[in-house]
Amino acid sequence: MTMTDQPTGVLGSRMLRREDPALLTGEARYTADIAVPGALHLALVRSPYARAKIVSIDTSAAAAMPGVRAVYTGAELADMWAGPMPCAWPVTEDMKNPTHFPLAVSQANYVGDGVACVIAETAEAARDAVEAVMVEYQPLEAVVDLEDALSDRVVIHDEIGTNRSYTWDLKIEDTEGACDAAFAAAAYKVKERYIQQRLIPAAMEPRAVLAVPQPFGGDMTLYSATQVPHILKVMTALTLGIPEHQLRVIAPAVGGGFGSKLNVYAEELLCVGLARRHGVAVRWTETRSEGCQATIHGRGQIQDIELAADADGRLTGLRVRLIGDMGAYLQLVTPGVPLLGAFLYAGVYELPKAFDFSCTSVFTNMTPTDAYRGAGRPEATYAIERAMDSLAYQIGIDPLELRRRNFIPVDKFPYEAYTGLVYDSGNHDGAATLAADMVGYDELRARQAQQNVPGSTKRLGIGLSTYFEMCGLAPSRVLASLNYGAGGWEAATVRVLPTNKVQVVTGTSPHGQGHETAWSMIVAEKLGISPDDVDVLHSDTAIAPLGLDTYGSRSLSVGGVAIAMTCDKVIDKARQIAAHLLEANPDDLEFTGGEFRVAGSPDRTMPLAAIAFEAFTAHNLPDGMEPNLEAHTTYDPPNFSWPFGTHICVVEVDTETGEVEVIKYVAVDDCGNQVNPLIVDGQVHGGVIQGLAQALFEEAVYDADGNLRTSTLAEYLVPAASDVPPVITGHTVTPSPTNQLGVKGVGEAGTIAATPAVINAVVDALSGLGVRNVPMPASPNTVWSIINAAQGGSQ
Amino acid sequence: MIPAAFDYVRASSAEEAISLIGQYGDEAKFLAGGHSLIPLMKLRLAQPTVLIDIGRVSDLSYIRDAGEHIAIGALTRHMDVENSSVLREHVPLLAHATSHVGDPQVRHRGTIGGSLAHADPASDLPATTLALGATYVVTGPNGSREVAAADFYQGYLTSTLAADEMLTEIRVPKMKGAGWSFQKFNRRAQDWAIVGVAAWRRGNESGVGLVNMSSVPVLATSVSAALASGASIDDAAAQAADEADPQADLNASVEYRQHLARVLTRRALTDASS
Repeated sequence: MTMTDQPTGVLGSRMLRREDPALLTGEARYTADIAVPGALHLALVRSPYARAKIVSIDTSAAAAMPGVRAVYTGAELADMWAGPMPCAWPVTEDMKNPTHFPLAVSQANYVGDGVACVIAETAEAARDAVEAVMVEYQPLEAVVDLEDALSDRVVIHDEIGTNRSYTWDLKIEDTEGACDAAFAAAAYKVKERYIQQRLIPAAMEPRAVLAVPQPFGGDMTLYSATQVPHILKVMTALTLGIPEHQLRVIAPAVGGGFGSKLNVYAEELLCVGLARRHGVAVRWTETRSEGCQATIHGRGQIQDIELAADADGRLTGLRVRLIGDMGAYLQLVTPGVPLLGAFLYAGVYELPKAFDFSCTSVFTNMTPTDAYRGAGRPEATYAIERAMDSLAYQIGIDPLELRRRNFIPVDKFPYEAYTGLVYDSGNHDGAATLAADMVGYDELRARQAQQNVPGSTKRLGIGLSTYFEMCGLAPSRVLASLNYGAGGWEAATVRVLPTNKVQVVTGTSPHGQGHETAWSMIVAEKLGISPDDVDVLHSDTAIAPLGLDTYGSRSLSVGGVAIAMTCDKVIDKARQIAAHLLEANPDDLEFTGGEFRVAGSPDRTMPLAAIAFEAFTAHNLPDGMEPNLEAHTTYDPPNFSWPFGTHICVVEVDTETGEVEVIKYVAVDDCGNQVNPLIVDGQVHGGVIQGLAQALFEEAVYDADGNLRTSTLAEYLVPAASDVPPVITGHTVTPSPTNQLGVKGVGEAGTIAATPAVINAVVDALSGLGVRNVPMPASPNTVWSIINAAQGGSQ
Repeated sequence: MIPAAFDYVRASSAEEAISLIGQYGDEAKFLAGGHSLIPLMKLRLAQPTVLIDIGRVSDLSYIRDAGEHIAIGALTRHMDVENSSVLREHVPLLAHATSHVGDPQVRHRGTIGGSLAHADPASDLPATTLALGATYVVTGPNGSREVAAADFYQGYLTSTLAADEMLTEIRVPKMKGAGWSFQKFNRRAQDWAIVGVAAWRRGNESGVGLVNMSSVPVLATSVSAALASGASIDDAAAQAADEADPQADLNASVEYRQHLARVLTRRALTDASS
C-alpha cells in the first residue's frame, strides 16, 4: 500500500457499493423518472431512407391533432441554432466535416436521421402525430461499403465533394524508410485484413432528456442521461447561443453509457431549444429502436496490418492501414477514435522505430460512429493479437512463446516506445504466467492434441490475448498535439464540514462505475474517517462547476487522484491549525487515524473533528489563515496510465453446427493498486462479456440500401447472463509510478482483451481444419461456412 | 414503443369472448399472455383497434387426463405446462419443450393457446404439438370443432381459425413410454430457435416436428417413413429437410438451416432411441 503512512484498511477492501440499494430497489431516479408537471413531449420524424432529398414536408395534419402543441421541420428550426452540431476533434487541418444540424434540412443521410419533430402534451399524442407528418422524399443511392465510399462513386455530401473526411498518419521522427527496410529484411511476414463490425452500444437505460426553463431570468436546467454533463453544458451553450452561466446540466442516475452517452445529441439540443422557444419544459425518452438507429454506433473499421519479424519471431516492423467508418456525420469525437488506437498497434511488444500507420476515414449512409468502450484501443489490440497468432502459426511455435519473446522486459520500464510515448510500468511476463497457470495452459495444450484429431467434431481451442491500455485521459498537452478540443484534467474539492463530515465534489460523472463508493474510500483512507461520513457530489454543473466527466478509464487515475491530492491540502491546512492549537511545530506533528499527535508526546493530540470545528468558528486560527477546512485541486496528469494484462479463452467448437462454446475464461488484469477489488472484478466481468459479445454475438447489420436490419434487441444479439461463461479473474499489481495512488484504470480493459482472446481460441480450435481466420461475430452459421470453405466445401 | 390507440374489453368466459369477437370482427384481437401480440403492437406492426382480454377466463386453464390423451385448456400458462406432473408423466416432450419457451418471465405470462394460435413457425410449441399428433379444439359462435394440428397451420402467422373463433383446448395423445428429444438451436437462450426439432420414437413409430424450417411448422414425414421402413437414424435424418422450405435470415442461410435440421434430427432420434 503506497497510500498513506498508516493505512486504515479501507482502500483495497471489497466494500459493497453504496449506490446499489437504490439501483436494485428501483429508488434511483433516472431522467425519465423526474416528474415535471406540464412538460411537453418531443418525438422525432425520422428518415426511413438511408439517403434521400427532402422534397416537401406537410405538417398540417399532425399540427391539428389533439394535444399537439407544435410541429417543426428542420428548415423551420434553422434560426434556432447558433451553430451546427459540435465535433470537438478536428484531427487534421483539412478534415472534412459536413454541416450537421439536429434536424436535417434538405437531405437525410441515414435511416433514423431526424427531419421533423413534434411537441405534444403526452408522449402518446406526440407519437401519433409523428405518423401524420407527411414527408415527400426523393430516395438517392446510399453508400454502405467503406471501400465503395472511398471510391467517391457516389458522394454523400455535395458540399464537401468527397466521402473522405481525413487521412491521418502517425509519423515518427527520423524513421523514414525504416519500416520498408524492416519488411525487406524480414525472415517472417504476416499480412492480414480484419473487419471491425459496427456495434450498437445498447446501454441498459436508453437516452433521455428533460429541459426545464427556470421561472425567472432565462435560466435553463437540462437533465440528460449523459456521461458528460460538463462538456454538454459548454456545447449546448455554444450550439444554441445560450449564455453558459444560464445553463445548468444535471446527469441524474444514469444507467450505463459505454461511450454512447459521451456525446451531444440532436434530442438534447431540440429539448433545450424548444423549451426556450415555448417557455415550457420539454422532454424526450428514447425507444430501443431509436437507440439502435440514432444513438452512435461503435467500431466500424477495416484494418490492414502487416508484421515483419526476424528469424526468432521478434517484431522488426509494423505497417497498418485503416479505413474508418464515420457514418453519416461527425459526432462529438467521431474522427478521433482511430487515433486513440494508433499508438497501441504494437501492443505489449518491443518494436523498433519501424512503424508506418495511416488511417483514412470515410462517410457512409449509416448511423454516425463514435467512442464505444475502449474506443480505438480494442480495435488495435484485436489486430496485433490476431496477427501475432498468425505469426506464431507461420513460425510453428506456441502463441504464448512468441509473445514471451516479444514482451517488453520488466526491467526496461519506464519504457519509451517507438511512438515516443513512455509506458510508465509493466510486467507482461508476470501477467501472462499467472494467466497460464490459472487456466492450466500446458495441460490444455496436451488435451487439445488428444482431442483435435481427424474426424473429431468437438474441437478445443485456446486463445490468448495480451494488452496494454492507454487510459487515464489525459495529459492536456498530449491532447493538444492530437488536435483534441479540450484538456484532460480533472477537478476536485474536499470540504470538511463543522461536524467532521466530508463533502467531496468531483468533476467525474459516474453512470454505473461506483464513484461514490470509491471516492469515499479514498477520502476515508486519507483523512482517517469512515467512508459513511463522506458524501460525494457529482454530475450537476451547479454543484460541481468544473469537470471533464467520465470516459476513457480516466475517472480514478485523474479524478480520484485529484481527490487524494486535495485531501493532502486539507491535511496540510489542518496541520497548521493543529500546530497552532497544540503550540507545536507543524513538522513535529504526525497525522494518523484522523488525529494529529506531537511526535514523542503521545498524549498531545488533536482530532480532525476538533480542527474542523475550529476552522468553522475561526475563533482561534493562525494569523492570516482563511476560515474553513476546504481545498480544491485541478489535476492534469503527467502521463497516460498503462494498465495491462493477459486473458486466455478456452472454447469448444462443434464442427457440425459451427457452435462455439466458451468453456473457460481467465482474465488477469493489472490496473495497479485497487481501491475496491469488488468494483474492479465487476468492471472486468462486464468488460469481458462486452468484448466476447463482439466476438460471438453482436453486429449492426445494414442491407445494401442502408436499412438497419438489427433495430430491436430481438435481432441485435446482446447476450444475457445465461449465454456467457463465468469469468475467472486474477490480478498482478504493478502500481503506477506517476500518481500517488498507484492506480491505472480498469473500465475498458476487459473489452479490449476479450475480443481477440475469443477469436484466437476459435481459430486455434479450427486450425487443424485449415481455418486461418474467422470473421466477427463468429456466429454458428459463419463458423460452419468457414469450416466448409476451408475443407473445400466437402463437408 | 407506444402502441396505436385501441379499445379494451375484458371477457370473463369463453362464451363472452366469442360473442365479443363476433361483435368487433376483424378489428379485434384476443389478448391472452400478450407476449407475442404486445411487442408487435408496440412496434406498431399490429394495430388492432379492440383488444379482448381473455386473461381472466379461468375456465380455460387446466390440464386433465382424458384417457387416451391429455386435455390442456388454451389459457394454461407455459409455467403450468412445464411443471405439470400429468404432462411430465404422459407427454414429457411437451412439458420439456415448453421449458425452452422464452425466459421465466415469458413463461409465467404466456399461454399455450396464445402461442399455438399465433402460428409462428419459429415458436417451439406448434412444431412440438404437430410432432405429437395433437388435436386443437376451436370454439366459435356455432359451437366447437376439432382440427388436427397438421391441418391447423396455413401460412406464416396464419391458421384455420376464423375471425370469430378461439382456440379453447389442446388434446395431446399420451406418449406411452416413447423415447423423445427436443433439440433447440439458438444463439441466446431466450431467443426463438434458429432450428428446433421435437421428436419421439416408439419402435417403428415416430414423430418429428421442425421449428422455423418453413412458413409453417413442419412435420418431417419422410424421416418417420424411412424409420418405419427400417432405415438407420443417419439415413432417416438425412431426409429431415425434405418437407421444409426454410427462409434465410440474419442467423442462418437456407443451406445452413437445412443442414442444421438434418444434424439436429439425427441427434434427436439418437437421443430418443437410447
